[in-house]
Amino acid sequence: MKLSKNFTNPLAANNPIIVQILGICSALAVTVKMEPALVMGLSVTFVAAFSNLIMSLLRNGVPSRIRIIVQLVVIATLVIVVDQFLKAFMYDVSKQLSVYVGLIITNCIVMGRVEAYALGNKPWDSFVDGVANGLGYAFILVLVAFFREFFGSGQLFGMQVLGDWYTPNSLMLFPPMALIIVGCIIWVHRSFNKDLQEK
Amino acid sequence: MLNLFFNSVFIENMVFAYFFGMCSYIAVSKSVKTALGLGAAVTFVQVMTVPLNYLLQVHVLSPNVLGEGIDLGFLSFIIFIAVIAAFVQLVEMVVEKFSPSLYNQLGIFLPLIAVNCAIMGGSLFMQQRVGDTICSFGDSVVYGAGSGIGWWLAIVMMAAIREKIAYSHVPAALKGPGITFIITGLMGIAFMIFSGVKL
Repeated sequence: MKLSKNFTNPLAANNPIIVQILGICSALAVTVKMEPALVMGLSVTFVAAFSNLIMSLLRNGVPSRIRIIVQLVVIATLVIVVDQFLKAFMYDVSKQLSVYVGLIITNCIVMGRVEAYALGNKPWDSFVDGVANGLGYAFILVLVAFFREFFGSGQLFGMQVLGDWYTPNSLMLFPPMALIIVGCIIWVHRSFNKDLQEK
Repeated sequence: MLNLFFNSVFIENMVFAYFFGMCSYIAVSKSVKTALGLGAAVTFVQVMTVPLNYLLQVHVLSPNVLGEGIDLGFLSFIIFIAVIAAFVQLVEMVVEKFSPSLYNQLGIFLPLIAVNCAIMGGSLFMQQRVGDTICSFGDSVVYGAGSGIGWWLAIVMMAAIREKIAYSHVPAALKGPGITFIITGLMGIAFMIFSGVKL
């Protein structure tokens, strides 16, 4: 029961991007198209899940004074694994993501979950928490990418969806529109969840 | 060099063009005073770590510099983040010892900076541009300064707008992060006018 709540909570009610406002740094730049957004979301899910698992296993052996360095090393190692994997098997996507793969290291979601959850909970719970937060992040990324790719180039996953009659609105492909779309998602989400609204 | 500086402050502004450091940008832009403090600290760390990482990139990490056939490029993430974390720790200790008043002003921000994506992002972009627009040690100092100042400018502008917006009628669900995202997007569109300017 607790486990399933842990899993569904970060997907909507406590979504890391639109509620906790974490990890936006790398989130917005990769949302021009669906494909890099999905890959980025899955990469973050992988890193968040395994860094949570590893730090949870280590939680009783690491003195709290040096825990930040230990976390950074664990996370950086996982990110290198992801980066090398993408370079080897998905070279085009890896080129599109460019520096943003490296920026998963400083993604506040990964660090934040390790700090807030993994250091005080059992490995399996922490693993599920990492997966759920990663998926919550991936969901918003794909949602933003959907709007930007659909209206910006009339495509989804690189395939033409809208016909010749549609003139692509290339403003959607520029960085500022990602911010405005996220702002609107927050607006819609908070209109339904009144307890999140600021006074 | 002037062109590189102008480019990194306005055209390729860390916040508006690449979304770097968004987490602390949203969280700390509530008052101009704290925004000034954090901006100064980020700029300082950026000016020091980008050239440091530049030297490491050119003399250690590039292919064939340590000997024929040795390419340590895959280690760059972990080395950059270690340099940044160690440097931030060092600055914190030095400032605490020699200038307690400055430490009290910046103190709370310094640990935050280690996981600020703008710092890591600055180093990763520097790595991408070695041999392209950043060709010498001097260039890397200028790039570090420019990207730091660009971020500083953005957060202070945002804080000033947010201080004023406290008096206006924002829809309840948009208050806080929602409206901040949308304003940042609009500012980003304004900053797009600089694109293509060459000095």
